[in-house]
Amino acid sequence: MDAIVLQFLDGLAKGGNYALIALGLTLIFGTLGVVNFAHGALFMLGAFCAVTVQKLLTLSERVKDESITFFDAYKEIPYLETWFGDTGHMLIDYSVPISLLAAIPVMLLIGLAMERGLIRFFYHRSHAEQILVTFGLAIVLQELVKAQFGANPIPTPAPEVVAGSLDIGVWFNVEGSIVYPYWRLIYLAFSTVVISAVFAFLQFTTFGMVVRAGMQDRETVGLLGINVQRRFTIVFGIAVIVAGLAGVMYTPIQSPDYHMGMDFLVLSFVVVVVGGMGSLPGAVLAGFLLGVLQSFASMNEVKSIIPGIDQVIIYLVAVIVLQVRPRGLLGRKGVMEG
Amino acid sequence: MSILTVQGVNKSFAGLKALNQVNLKVEQGHVHAIIGPNGAGKSTLLNCFVGRLEPDTGTVMFDGNSLLNRRPHEINQLGVARVFQTPEIFPDLSLLENVMIPAFAHRDGAFKLNWLPRIDGEAEIRDKAEHILEDVGLADNRSDHAGALSRGDKRRLELAMCLVQEPRLLLLDEPTAGMSRADTNSTIDLLKRIGERGITKIVIEHDMHVVFSLAHRVSVLAQGTVIAEGTPEEIRANPKVQEAYLGGAHL
Amino acid sequence: MAPTVSAIGGSARTDFIFMMLFAAAVLTAPFWASFIGAGYPDLLQKWAIYGLFAIGFNILFGLTGYLSFGHAAFLGIGSYAAVWSFKLLTMNVLPAIAFAILFSALFALAIGYISLRRTGIYFSILTLAFAQMSYNLAYSVLTPITNGETGLKVIPTDPRILEELAGVRNTAVAPTTSLFGVEMTGYPGFYFCAVILIIGFFIAMKIARSPFGTMLKAIKSNQTRMNYTGFNTRPYTLAAFVISGMYAGMAGALLASTDPLAGAERMQWTASGEVVLMTILGGAGTLLGPVLGAAVIKYFENIFSAFNEQVLNAMFSFLPEVLKEGAVAVAGLFVGEGWHLTLGVVFMLIVIFLPGGIMEGIRRVHKLFKRSDGSSRSGAAAESA
Repeated sequence: MDAIVLQFLDGLAKGGNYALIALGLTLIFGTLGVVNFAHGALFMLGAFCAVTVQKLLTLSERVKDESITFFDAYKEIPYLETWFGDTGHMLIDYSVPISLLAAIPVMLLIGLAMERGLIRFFYHRSHAEQILVTFGLAIVLQELVKAQFGANPIPTPAPEVVAGSLDIGVWFNVEGSIVYPYWRLIYLAFSTVVISAVFAFLQFTTFGMVVRAGMQDRETVGLLGINVQRRFTIVFGIAVIVAGLAGVMYTPIQSPDYHMGMDFLVLSFVVVVVGGMGSLPGAVLAGFLLGVLQSFASMNEVKSIIPGIDQVIIYLVAVIVLQVRPRGLLGRKGVMEG
Repeated sequence: MSILTVQGVNKSFAGLKALNQVNLKVEQGHVHAIIGPNGAGKSTLLNCFVGRLEPDTGTVMFDGNSLLNRRPHEINQLGVARVFQTPEIFPDLSLLENVMIPAFAHRDGAFKLNWLPRIDGEAEIRDKAEHILEDVGLADNRSDHAGALSRGDKRRLELAMCLVQEPRLLLLDEPTAGMSRADTNSTIDLLKRIGERGITKIVIEHDMHVVFSLAHRVSVLAQGTVIAEGTPEEIRANPKVQEAYLGGAHL
Repeated sequence: MAPTVSAIGGSARTDFIFMMLFAAAVLTAPFWASFIGAGYPDLLQKWAIYGLFAIGFNILFGLTGYLSFGHAAFLGIGSYAAVWSFKLLTMNVLPAIAFAILFSALFALAIGYISLRRTGIYFSILTLAFAQMSYNLAYSVLTPITNGETGLKVIPTDPRILEELAGVRNTAVAPTTSLFGVEMTGYPGFYFCAVILIIGFFIAMKIARSPFGTMLKAIKSNQTRMNYTGFNTRPYTLAAFVISGMYAGMAGALLASTDPLAGAERMQWTASGEVVLMTILGGAGTLLGPVLGAAVIKYFENIFSAFNEQVLNAMFSFLPEVLKEGAVAVAGLFVGEGWHLTLGVVFMLIVIFLPGGIMEGIRRVHKLFKRSDGSSRSGAAAESA
């Protein structure tokens, strides 16, 4: 029983990540009609925002290590610690949450530049060409990151306070049996909040209403004299921010490297397609669903019955869903079938 | 002898009745026009003949075969060809290829892994296609990309693509929509000429000039129901039609 | 007006000349490639093998328009099948190729049958999903067949039944692939690949010029019309899928023939992306384009990867010191380890400005030349050479 709770929790945390990436992907598709193969790279860029912030905060000076007296030894002390002492140390410790703030303007700029500089020229070109050009962009982005930061994963730990695990079992009087890392719980909460925020924004603001109407029927909204184009540019920016924030928050879970984007791209596309291209609730539903399924498939009990199932479950589900429901779980008719 | 018999066809979309107990008999060799105001269900009816839609109830018999629960290519292989409201052609291929392709479907059936011969060696198919292109007046453009044609020419090309298959029933969905008067007249002439081949035709049309120059019989559809059927003269004189369809205007 | 040949592609005669020129160019590659610094067998083999892979991919993508993102799976399956043939039967490459084609065809039939039930991006994702499944399984539960991360290798003590029966099995030395005694390394290996490339090119041309190939182009152009014209399009696309899968399997077998090793990374989706890049770069839907694209990518991969700081310093040595450092730093981004960056940039430029790839570039230059020549020819349909 506790094993199942644990897997379920883990699945939700995984699913939160899938849903976050897929949400932006499907938002871009639903509004701009663009298939963005560079979305994984944007997630990766978000993660490297965190790396950059951490590097900036830990810029260090070389000082003589007084504790060693036999020979001249030096140690690196971050300027922040020299200047602010414990406060400085805390700032460094909190580099990931701080990165969240930094990532918002950075990702917004990247998003706007990308939409204005590249994507808008591809609105009226075929989906295949959109896939190809964004695929090219993804390669460029990840190679630039590789050139700057190297090929090895860079550890970016969470703040010390939340580095450990939480014994959830205590709540159910089964102490010690459901222990789960704090940060993954935070990630789950974070993804829920961001997803809700995006939905609320689209549901309750006039801006969001126009965007939703535009997703339904772009031409009519355009005829109403509303500048849908500019709104869509902003939507693209939002989708990029969401991907970036997901990337920042993911760094303590997996040390970022340059190709993490490509790894998540395939998964998130599968999530989007299973949910139905252009359907926001579909992306969220499919994200959590696949996350939970993936978690359960990784249980030894399951693997012993069907060997290798953990490796293929997501893709297998995608294949089955598409055979039974050609447009995904919540997809609309006629989308992306040309 | 009737080649197409439609009996009691009903079709609803989300509770809205698009077709209501439609009956239709089309005689072999006739041109049968279906007219009616916008939204009367004309295109829906045509879609039920070619496998694009399945009626909720009713039967559609073509020369002893039911056309229901068949895929579009199976219906075509039975001898039913269709010209669409927006011309469906192969824009990236040459005119000649556009017409040769349907000829292959007619000769080789729905699938043939015919990869050894060269397509330009298929003299018989090619001659046939060239002939039809001449018939519709597009022979000089045979090497052009079909996508570059004017809308009227695309329509004539699509007609050629159907004719090369020697269909027994040809469905025409507004063959002159959006055409100039001159183009319309030349299309009427063309349709009259191919009428001599004895192909049965069902024509959906708004242009009464076209209807009365071509049709042997006319069915009037209004709100999903056939409200009148007869010769063009009978239809012209029918007060019910004038009221329902034309709001009293003179035909 | 007399019927012109251009209404339905090139004539039999021009095709014959084209074919001969192609064969001549491929077979003389060791000679002319040495002038551009590519005259060594390893690279030439890669040209031929990836050229073949891209030609096959183009039969699906270029003709029918179905964009598969999972073709590397067939490349991998072909490699594994070939290496198993080396291990179990004989080091002769012919059975290996036969098995590779057989297995890739079977897998393509199954994967294609399911994937082709959908079109557009749904099709792309389905092929991607199958390729990822193959890749993940090859790394995990299928380790007994694939030898996981280490990769499948031939070893002296492999059974090699046919060699055993013939009494030529030697368990003392590391076995090498051969074609009836001719070792498949170096130039003999290249010529073997080259001959298969030429055969593959010939078959692809046959297909493109045949009624079947025309039907595939028609499916790309307007699938709805095809259905209402009486064609069952599913078997057509499935046939194209299986044929292109067989090409990929054959390319995989050749990879294993020139270097008897098969690893799962060959099946990764980025490898599928690579063949898409090659085809687009050269020109999808053209016969020659995919081969050109493959050659260009493999050429620059070799040349650019080999560049290092010393080479760059030497190249920019004519500049003053300050400028030199800058130039070396910038150029350094694009070469060596960073050659993928070059690839990405070039690829984006191609998709943005020249969607028809190198072949369209050639056509445009050709047209410019013709116009300045004063002669113009009207109404020619796509010269799909």
